[in-house]
Amino acid sequence: MTKYLVKRFIAMLITLWLIITLTFFLMHALPGSPFNEERSTSEAVQRNLEAHFNLDKPVPVQYIEYLKSVIQFDFGPSIKKSSQTVNELLGRGFPVSFELGLVTLTVAILSGITLGVLAALRHNGIIDYMAMTIAVLGISIPNFVFATLLIQQVAVNWELLPVATWKSWRHMVLPTLALATGPMAIIARLTRSSMLEVLTQDYILTAKAKGLTPAKIVLKHALKNALLPVVTVLGSLAAGILTGTFVIEKIFAIPGMGKYFVDSINNRDYPVIMGTTIFYSTLLIFLLFLVDVAYGLLDPRIKLHRKEAK
Amino acid sequence: MEAPKQQESKRASVMDEWFVPKKRILGEAETVIRPSVSYWKDAWRRLLKNKLAMVGLVCLILLIFMAIFGPIISPHSATHQVLQQQNLPPSSEHWFGTDELGRDVFARTWEGARISLFVGVVAALIDFIIGVTYGGIAGYKGGKLDHYMMRFVEILYGLPYLLVVILVSVVLEPGLFSIIFALSITGWVGMARMVRGQVLQIKNYEFVLASQTFGTKTSRIIRRNLLPNTMGPIIVQMTLTVPSAIFAEAFLSFLGIGIQPPLASWGSMASDALPVILSGDWWRLFFPAFFISLTMFSFNVLGDGLQDALDPKLRR
Repeated sequence: MTKYLVKRFIAMLITLWLIITLTFFLMHALPGSPFNEERSTSEAVQRNLEAHFNLDKPVPVQYIEYLKSVIQFDFGPSIKKSSQTVNELLGRGFPVSFELGLVTLTVAILSGITLGVLAALRHNGIIDYMAMTIAVLGISIPNFVFATLLIQQVAVNWELLPVATWKSWRHMVLPTLALATGPMAIIARLTRSSMLEVLTQDYILTAKAKGLTPAKIVLKHALKNALLPVVTVLGSLAAGILTGTFVIEKIFAIPGMGKYFVDSINNRDYPVIMGTTIFYSTLLIFLLFLVDVAYGLLDPRIKLHRKEAK
Repeated sequence: MEAPKQQESKRASVMDEWFVPKKRILGEAETVIRPSVSYWKDAWRRLLKNKLAMVGLVCLILLIFMAIFGPIISPHSATHQVLQQQNLPPSSEHWFGTDELGRDVFARTWEGARISLFVGVVAALIDFIIGVTYGGIAGYKGGKLDHYMMRFVEILYGLPYLLVVILVSVVLEPGLFSIIFALSITGWVGMARMVRGQVLQIKNYEFVLASQTFGTKTSRIIRRNLLPNTMGPIIVQMTLTVPSAIFAEAFLSFLGIGIQPPLASWGSMASDALPVILSGDWWRLFFPAFFISLTMFSFNVLGDGLQDALDPKLRR
């Protein structure tokens, strides 16, 4: 187990290093400098600006400097929003995005599992067809399309909920709904198919023979085993929700990290793009790592050090 | 309890008539009564029975047809601006209405269909070429080479797909080919993993060994012996790659780093429609939203149907 964890951890570090390097050199491959549009700046000002942002040194030196600061979790100053560091932006935007992401993930998991279980228990019944219709639609409709449709119908035509911003729980309903539908659909489909498989197993028959209540059979014996495949996709679902926050925060004008990220892309604010990308990647890769470990712990049949034993 | 007894007595009475020796006709045993059903014929037959997948297939054919002929049958061009005809609702003149620059939404919708379908199909093809080659070599060669090739794939697999796509699209000149390039950088990884797993399984079968003893070249073994037997999962994977590529393109265009104006993409049309939905101009959003969802729906249900149809375990 420890050996496996160490191995996985090293692989994680390599992936992170790859991302930092890739991000750094991609940003430096960009044509032009971020100060190009300010034509009024004189030669001297231009040079001072470049010195301030470390842009006057040769690229390898800049790369080493950047690596050093990233290891200390310092992403440097923003170029476009003067007197603001990337860390400050992250500190301000991330809690909002984190809230949105967490609520979305919770809603998606709970409703997805419920829908999947109901569909499996009523296999080929009306509930099953309804649940699977919702699931197929949820996978097919892009989240940003769903978000705009929600604004148009619920917020503008019916005036039930506020159109944008992030203040009370009423503001949270539409963004969460728009963001959660896709992951919910995926979870529902997975839960359904693995529930259907588990329900045919012998130990379910044993549980029935023992005279357990249906609720106990489903919740304690079937669902526990059926949820394993769901755990494996949690990492990629979190990634989907995370990238989803870019568009959702843009659409609903939520002051989160995703909105800053999109703004920084449109402004070509390199330090912010780099910092956010690295921050997000670290988060996601760490999450994938956790999911892997959790999977090993949840399923006693899977021993994490199996590969070494061979 | 009574049923078996009844059957037994019945059986005894008909026993003699049942067991009359059959006249032997020379050569009859060798004739094949029914034509043998090949894997692909069988899969096709099962796909035909899957109603949802058939709906997807028909929708796709219609969408492709409209992508080809939509811009031709439209009386207006997708980029022609008529400033007197801004934001008109759908009418007999402009079937899907017009946008804020007086451009015909019908023509733009089908121009967008061309771009979406093109991006999806080309991205899937590139994934296919790179993924199958990489996965095929890694799986067939095995050993150290496989180990290192797969470590590399694992590292790429850890990269968040859309973040990489965004990053690359920011750096490259925005446009159709940048998007496809960005989508292909990490897109092939899933295909490579799948093909490798399949090849690893099949390469131990006797017919591969037979081929090897004849001295067949490695590339030929991979192409002629291994790949045809993994074609089922490969096709399913490709069908499911297309909607994710279409989604990624629309996502980028929606953020403004994808397809650039005056070209139309469903993503950028939805993005442009965002400010005007408050004023009730529903058609600006509805048509691109509807058709992108329909396209993704069709590919998804067709992919699911193919998955069931091509699964040899479900073959009867």
